Amino acid sequence: MENNKTNSRRKFLDKGLKMGLVTAIGAIGLTKIASKLNATTDEAGSHDKMQLMTTDGTLIEVDSSEVEEMGHSEKKQTEAEYNLREGMPNRKFVMVIDLAKCKNALKCQAACNKQHYITGDHAWLKVYKMQEDTDTAPYWMPTTCMHCDHPACVTVCPVDATFKRRDGLVLIDNERCIGCRFCMAACPYSTRVFNWKEPNQGEITMLMDMEHQTETNSVEFAGLPSVKGTVDKCDFCPHTIRDNQLPHCVTACPNGVFYFGDRYEDTVTNGEETLRLSKLLKDKAGYRLMEGLGTKPSVFYLPPADRLVDFKDGLESFTDYKSVDKPE
Amino acid sequence: MKNYDKLLNDLAPQKFGRKGVIWTISLVILIILGIAAYIDQVIQGQIVTNMNDYALWGVYISNFVFFVATSFVGTVTVAVLRLTNNNWRTPIVRIAEIIAVAAIIMAGITITIDMGRPDRLMNLFIHGRMQSPITWDVIIIPTSMMVCLLLLYFPLLPDFGLLGKYYQEKQPTLSKWYRRLSLNWTGSDVQKSIQLKSIHIIAILIIPVGFMLQTIDAWLFSTLFRVGWDSTNLGAYFISGAAVAGVGALVCVVYVLQKVYKLEDYITDLHFDKLGKFLVLTCLIYLYFNLNEYLIPQLTSKKEATTHINVLLTGQFAPLFWFVIIGGLILPVIVLLFKKGRKPFPMFIIGLLVVTGSWWKRYLIVTPTLLHPFLPIQGVPEEWRHYFPSLHEWLITIATLAMALLIITILVRYVPIVPIQKTADEQEALELNKNTKS
Repeated sequence: MENNKTNSRRKFLDKGLKMGLVTAIGAIGLTKIASKLNATTDEAGSHDKMQLMTTDGTLIEVDSSEVEEMGHSEKKQTEAEYNLREGMPNRKFVMVIDLAKCKNALKCQAACNKQHYITGDHAWLKVYKMQEDTDTAPYWMPTTCMHCDHPACVTVCPVDATFKRRDGLVLIDNERCIGCRFCMAACPYSTRVFNWKEPNQGEITMLMDMEHQTETNSVEFAGLPSVKGTVDKCDFCPHTIRDNQLPHCVTACPNGVFYFGDRYEDTVTNGEETLRLSKLLKDKAGYRLMEGLGTKPSVFYLPPADRLVDFKDGLESFTDYKSVDKPE
Repeated sequence: MKNYDKLLNDLAPQKFGRKGVIWTISLVILIILGIAAYIDQVIQGQIVTNMNDYALWGVYISNFVFFVATSFVGTVTVAVLRLTNNNWRTPIVRIAEIIAVAAIIMAGITITIDMGRPDRLMNLFIHGRMQSPITWDVIIIPTSMMVCLLLLYFPLLPDFGLLGKYYQEKQPTLSKWYRRLSLNWTGSDVQKSIQLKSIHIIAILIIPVGFMLQTIDAWLFSTLFRVGWDSTNLGAYFISGAAVAGVGALVCVVYVLQKVYKLEDYITDLHFDKLGKFLVLTCLIYLYFNLNEYLIPQLTSKKEATTHINVLLTGQFAPLFWFVIIGGLILPVIVLLFKKGRKPFPMFIIGLLVVTGSWWKRYLIVTPTLLHPFLPIQGVPEEWRHYFPSLHEWLITIATLAMALLIITILVRYVPIVPIQKTADEQEALELNKNTKS
């Protein structure tokens, strides 16, 4: 008896399943046919007109069947293809800092702090009061990140959060950084800063979240917003370079100290004059900081010879303990 | 069998007395305080520490290095004394293994305290890159943790078996646990041969693993450009320093356990005597490497090197530096050269000195170097030119030390401090020897 019962139940289930499957397939087929029918009637019958506005502002009428959806604007498409970790193709960015011209006006630092929304105690760009020995002359030395070709920071990063691009830039993915600060210990130029607390960059954080914090460009957009417990540093302003503009420090300097350019093109410019990089370095005996360490920086210095201004003039604006102005 | 009864009575783990309870509770309180401070650090960020963009590593890292160094005691005592056939090691190896386990576990924990984003710990595995010394550390620390645990566990199997029997009637649940942990140890010849072989493999394995651990720890610093770290001497320097820290810690713990558990019959003056001589040896080797590290750069006197070393010898860190060198190394060597100095109590005091010196030594390796970068410190708040740990940092650091002591305390509570089976075997062999002689 029992055997029979289970058997019949099994049969019922089996049949039910098969029936269900057939109905499902049938239903899908039917809807497909129906939709096709619908489409054909649309094409043939309707003469629905659509009003559209052209780029110069005139209204035109178009048959709705002519209207097709298309991708977003061209710029967005190239952005998607653009690889942030590879950088801009066929470029190699360099900077030349002419120490003979620097008089510690600190406009570079102010512009950098403003544009990068620096809220900590440590600016990305600093102007050092330098004097190697009592017998040698003092001079002002602005420093940015050196964007080394053999970056010690990149070598030691355990998670590839800081990386070197083909276009020469060394950047930080602060969504990946674990905050071990090994890169800061590795950098001989003490250029890296740490977000010891919540950066509180105010409205910028929200703005970034809306506009720029998409998956692809958070690294590059001025390294913003800063993230608590991660490392920041000078980024050579890729956001301005991509708009064919010079980095903020270059344009802000009233004395034309900073030259920015492309090593492949062999040209650098401070916004006023454009010079041949190789000739400039040769003529003015350009050098790089701590060449002996083998870091191969992308920032060159021209020695502070034949200075236009007295070193002492810069002392007025020199602040030993401050590099970021904060609202009172 | 009678023999075992006495040994078991003497050596089986004992419940905490009143002092033990107070001790454990105070450790737990310290740990809770540290955890509270750590939670605050996670919420507010590391602004609660006194670290800054120049002193970017502080007491967390030096404390980490101290733990890594102390875990070397497993390699030094167990493996080296074993390979050199030093039989006096039997009653103290278990203690050394326990310290090693506690220290390596705490090393793993303390390094994450220093991370700015502990929530991204998994990135080390998701995005890990082999070229970073931190990745080497991520590999070697769990490896040595496993090796240290096995080195503690394998020799324990027969003891767990004995304890299972011993507690069968008195405490059935405890007995069940011991039996389970003993992996059905019966003491058969097959089991014994497997166990001996395993111990032998692990004891050999822990030598390269221990050396690698210390060396990688040194490379965390010597792969960087900074003056004071950029030294080819650093690997050997760290290994020899680790031996000092490890043996020093061992002396202290052995003394305390001998007194608390009244093990004078098993851990005798002879053991302290031998340990004392061993400590002298490690201190002398470490002094030799210190000489290399400080004297030679001073002689060639490159500008940056002399600045750095003068800060240690005569500058801001001089009191600490000389405390570490004299109190932590030279004084112990002198005292321990005398037979009276190698009695248990003086040894204990010397051990404490050595451990304190070793802890501060790591602080001196990490901090002064960071305060003397290549470019001058300018444009930052004046406080950034100095570093001394904040209250949060002290609370957290003390909690990690308390946690290490708690791990030791718990292990000592449930694990026989002196290997029972091995002691019995040795006593038997001794008896046999006597009988054959007479």
